[in-house]
Amino acid sequence: MTVLVALPAIVGAVLLLVGRRADRAAPTIALAASAGTLGLAVVAAVTRPSLTFPLFEGLPGGLAVDGLSAVLVVTVAAVTLAVLGFAAGDMPASSRFFGLMLLFAAAMLVTVTATDLAVLLVGWEIMGALSYALIGYRWRDAGGVRAATTAFLTTRAGDLGLYFAAGCALAGTGSFALDGLAAAPAPWRDLVAGGIVLAALGKSAQLPFSFWLSRAMAGPSAVSALLHSATMVAAGAYLVLRVQPLLAATGWAATLVAWAGALTALLLGFVALAQRDLKQLLAASTCAQLGFMVLAAGTAAVAGGVAHLAAHAAVKSLLFLGAGTWLTVLGTRDLAALRGAARRLPLVGVTFGVGALALAGVPPLSLWLTKDVILGATGSWPLAGVTLAATVLAAAYSAKALIAVWRGEARPGSASRSGRGGGIGPGVPFVALAAGAAGLGVVVVPPLNEVWARTVGAPAARPHVVELVGTGVLAVVVLGVGVLVARRPPKVRFAAFAVDWLFLERAVERGIVRPVLALARGLAWFDDHVVQRAVVGAAAFSRGAASGALAVEKPVDAAVQGLGEGARRLGALARYPQTGKVHTYFAQAVVGFLVLAVVLVLVR
Amino acid sequence: MLSLVIFLPLAAALVLLAVRRIGDRAAVPVWIAVAAVDLALVLVLWARYDGAGLAHETRLRWIPSVGAGYHVGVDGLSLPLLAMSAVLFLCCAVYSLRSTPRPRACAALFLALQTVCLGLFAALDLLLFFVFFDLSIVGMYFVIAGWGHGERARSALQFFLYTFFGSLVLLLGFLGLYLGSAPRTFDIVDLTHDPPLTGSPGVAALVLLAVGVGLAVKTPIVPFHTWLPPAHTDAPAAGSAILAGVLLKMGTYGFARIAMPLLPDAWRRYAWVIIVLGVVSVLYGALVALAQRNLKRLVAYTSVSHMGYIVLALGVAGLAGDAAAHRLAVTGAVTQMVSHGLVTGALFLLCGVLYDRAGSYDLDRFGGLARAAPAFAVLTALAAFASLGLPGLSGFIAEFQIFAGTLGGGAPVPGALALLGVLITAALFLHVLQRTVLGAPGPLTARVTDLTRSERTAVTPLLALSVLIGLAPRWLLDTIEPASTALINALAP
Repeated sequence: MTVLVALPAIVGAVLLLVGRRADRAAPTIALAASAGTLGLAVVAAVTRPSLTFPLFEGLPGGLAVDGLSAVLVVTVAAVTLAVLGFAAGDMPASSRFFGLMLLFAAAMLVTVTATDLAVLLVGWEIMGALSYALIGYRWRDAGGVRAATTAFLTTRAGDLGLYFAAGCALAGTGSFALDGLAAAPAPWRDLVAGGIVLAALGKSAQLPFSFWLSRAMAGPSAVSALLHSATMVAAGAYLVLRVQPLLAATGWAATLVAWAGALTALLLGFVALAQRDLKQLLAASTCAQLGFMVLAAGTAAVAGGVAHLAAHAAVKSLLFLGAGTWLTVLGTRDLAALRGAARRLPLVGVTFGVGALALAGVPPLSLWLTKDVILGATGSWPLAGVTLAATVLAAAYSAKALIAVWRGEARPGSASRSGRGGGIGPGVPFVALAAGAAGLGVVVVPPLNEVWARTVGAPAARPHVVELVGTGVLAVVVLGVGVLVARRPPKVRFAAFAVDWLFLERAVERGIVRPVLALARGLAWFDDHVVQRAVVGAAAFSRGAASGALAVEKPVDAAVQGLGEGARRLGALARYPQTGKVHTYFAQAVVGFLVLAVVLVLVR
Repeated sequence: MLSLVIFLPLAAALVLLAVRRIGDRAAVPVWIAVAAVDLALVLVLWARYDGAGLAHETRLRWIPSVGAGYHVGVDGLSLPLLAMSAVLFLCCAVYSLRSTPRPRACAALFLALQTVCLGLFAALDLLLFFVFFDLSIVGMYFVIAGWGHGERARSALQFFLYTFFGSLVLLLGFLGLYLGSAPRTFDIVDLTHDPPLTGSPGVAALVLLAVGVGLAVKTPIVPFHTWLPPAHTDAPAAGSAILAGVLLKMGTYGFARIAMPLLPDAWRRYAWVIIVLGVVSVLYGALVALAQRNLKRLVAYTSVSHMGYIVLALGVAGLAGDAAAHRLAVTGAVTQMVSHGLVTGALFLLCGVLYDRAGSYDLDRFGGLARAAPAFAVLTALAAFASLGLPGLSGFIAEFQIFAGTLGGGAPVPGALALLGVLITAALFLHVLQRTVLGAPGPLTARVTDLTRSERTAVTPLLALSVLIGLAPRWLLDTIEPASTALINALAP
C-alpha cells in the first residue's frame, strides 16, 4: 500500500530535488517509475491492501484499496503511464516536468485510496497545487500563470467545503472516516454532504465552477491529457461516487448532485459545440462528460458512473494526446486550421477517430454503453429528458471535432514546425488508450456487469436494449447530420454566451473577485487612516495630556515646594526652643500645661 | 540544564562585548557556534522529556517578600516553542554571516535577545515572565533602531511605545492575579493549581481584560496590530524573522500559559469575545494583506491573520462542547505557533534578500525572478505554499486541526468564516508568486542575483522542517498533545 503511493511520490520528489542535472534521464526514470506504479496498482487491485497510521490525537489516518479504489488506482496508473509515454516524445526532457507529473499522479492515488477525510484532503489539495505548477509550467508566460492561479483558487474555493465537511464529520461522528459519514445525525450529516458536494463540484469543474477548466488549457497538452481524464477532475466525480450513501441519506444532496451533473452535461455540451478551438472543445466536453458521472452519483448508479469514469479517462486522454500532437506538429489547435490533420498522421488520426466516436456514444464503443446505464437510472422524466438532450449534444460536439480533423486534404502549407515527431514514434500510448476507449464499456454488459458491480460495491446495473438502440441510432444520426452540415457549413453564429463558457468567469470576476479586492483596498485604507490614526491620535492625546499635566504640575509643584519651605521654617522655629537648658524646658512645660489647662477649661 | 540553555547566549553576548580581541570577523561565527550549541542543548532537553507534565524545573527564591521566584520549567507547550526559537535564532545567525554592519554588537544583541526569548517560554513565574516580556521589547527596539532601514527610528519608537504600553497593562493584570491569589504568589504553577479570583467574576473579568489587552498588543490581535507593519517594514531581515517568528508567539503563548489556566472561569465566560476577535483578525489581516503592494507589509499582515487562527482556536477551547475537539484545536494552535515561526521566518529572510539586492519591497517592480534566481524562486514558492496551508507542509497540520476543532468543538459559524481566510491567503500568495518569481521581468529584476550560500543555508532548514512537520507530524504532536489535554483539563469547569 505504502509502496504504491510512495514510488511515484519519491521518484517525483527526487527528480524535482535533483533538478536540471537529471533532465536527460528524467523521461526514462519517470516512465520506469510509472510502469512500476501500474504494476503495483494491479497488484493492489488484487490483494486489496490497507494501512492505518496515527495522524491526529485519536483520529488515525488510513489508506486502503477497496473495489472502487481498485478501479481508480489502475485507471490512474495506466493513464499516467500512457500520458508520460506521449510526453517523453512531446515535451523537452525536464526533470521538473516529469517530477511534477509523477507527484501529481501520487497525489491522485492518495486521494482515491484515502479512507478518511483528512488524508483525502491531503491528496486532494496537493493535487490542486501541483495542477497549479503544471498548468503554469511555462512560467515565463504571464497568461499561463494567471490561468494556473485561476485554476488553483477556483478549486480551492471548493476545497473549503472539504475542510468544512471534515469539521462537521468530527462533530457528528467523532471521526473523519468516510464510511461513517452516512450515519451522522442531522444536521451534521447535511452539513457534511453540503461541504463534500461543494468540493466535488469545484474539482470536477461542474457548474458553476466550470470556467477554470477552460483556463487550464494554457498548460502543456500532456498536462491537459492527465488532468482531464483520470486525475484532478476525476477526483470530484470519484468523491461523490464514493459518498453516494451519504448523498442518498440526506435526500436533497442526491437530487442536487443529479441536477448539477445533468445541467452541466447539457449546458457545457452547448459550450463544447460552440468552440472553435480543439482543446477548448475537449475541455468543455470534459465538464459535460463528468456531468454524467456526477449525475450517476446522484441517482445511485454507482456502477455505471465508475465505468463511465474509467472509460472516459481512456477516451479523453487519447483525444488530448491527439490534439497535443497536432499542436506540436502543426502549431495550431484551431479547428479550421486543423482541416485534414488526421490524414497527415494516420495513427493519430485513426485513434483520435476512435476516441471521438466513443465520445459521441456511437455503438459499440465504451461510452455508448456506460452512458446508457446512467441514463437508465435517471428516474424522473425531466432529469431523463435533460440527460438525453446532453447525449445528443455529446454526439454533436464529438462529430464537430471528428469532422474537423478528417475533412479535406492535408494542407501542405501547414508544415511541421519541428523535427520531433510529436511522440508518435512509439505510438503505443495511442493504441493502448484507443483499445480502452473502444472496449472498456463491456464491464456493464452481462455477465461482466455482476462482477463489476461486486467490485465497486454497488447494485448491478445494465443498459436496457431499447435505450441502447435508441441512443445508438441517435448518435449515428447526429453524426450523419454533422457530416451533411459540414459539406456546406452554414454560417452559424453561436451565442457569445456559449462561446465564452456561459460568462462564468466574467461573473466571478465581477461578482466576487473585484468586490473582494475593493473590500481589501478599502480595509487597507481603513487600517492606515483610521486604526493607525486612532493609535497616533491616542499617543498625541497622551502627549497633550502630558503637557496639560505639566501645566497643572507647575502650581502643584510650587505648592509642594512652598509646603516644604513652610515645613522647613516651622522646623527652624521648632528648633528654636530646643536650647539644651533644663530651666527653659521647665518654663516651656509650664507654658504648655497652662495652655492645656486653658483648653480643657474652654472645651468644658 | 534549562537555566544553562537560557543564559548561555547571554553569557556569550557579555563575552563578545567584554573581550575586544574577538574582532568583527569572528563575531558572527562565534554567534553561530553559540546558537548551534544552544539548539543542541534544547534538543537534549526535548529528548530527555518524558512526555507528561513539567520537567527540567528549577525553583529558586528571588523576591520572597512578594512571592516571586526564579521558577523555570518546560512542558509540551513550551518545548516546541523553545526549539523553534533556537532554530530560528541559529538560522538568523547564519543569514547574518555575510554583510552585517557592526557585527559584534549585532551578535551580542541577538544573543541577549535569545536569552530573553528562551527565558520567556520557560518562565513559570508571572514576574519572571514579565521581565522577559519587557526585555524582548527593549532588545527588538535596538535591533530595529540600530540595524533597520527606512524610517527606522520612528518605527522603532512606535513599536517600543505601543508594545511597552501593552506590557504595562499586562503588569496590571498580573498584579490583579497576585492580589486575587491566596496565599499571595506570582508562581504560575501554584496559581494554575488554585486559580485566583474564582469567587469574584467581576474582578476576574477586569483582570482578564488587562491580561488580554496586554497579550493582544503583542500577538497582535486586530485592532491592536498597527505597530506591526511599520516595525517589520523597517526592521532588518533577521530582526523581522525574530519579531514575527518568536516575539509574536509570546502573546499567544501567554494566552495558553497564563490567561487560560489562571482565569478559567472568565475565559469560558468571554470565550465568544475571543473567538470573534480571532475571526476578525483572520479575515481582516488576510484582506488587508491582499491589498498590499509592499511585500514585507504583506507578510506582516498575513502574520496578523495567522495569529488570528491561534486566538480563534484558544477561544473555542473555552466553549462548552466536545473536549476531544477542543484538544484538537489547542494542539493545532500550538502547531501553528511553531509552523508560523518557521515559515514566516523564512519568508522574512527571503524578503531581506530582495531588499539586499534591489533596495525595494515593491511587488510591482519585480517579476520573472525564477530565471536568474532559481533557488530564491523555489524557496519562495515553497514558503508561500507553506504559509497558505498546503497539505504536506506544516501550516496544514496546524490549520486543519484548528478548523476541525473549531467546527467540531461548538463554533461552526466562526469556523466557516475563518475558512475564507485560507482562500484569501491562497489568493494573495499566488499573487505574490505571479508578481515576483514568475511571469515577465520587471524593472528591478535584473538586480536580483540568486541566494548566497549562507542565505540558502539559513532558509532551507526552516522550510525543510516545515515539510517534515507536514509529512510526519507525529513527533511534534506527541509532545504537544499531553499539554493540550492538561490545558483543557485546567479549563474545565
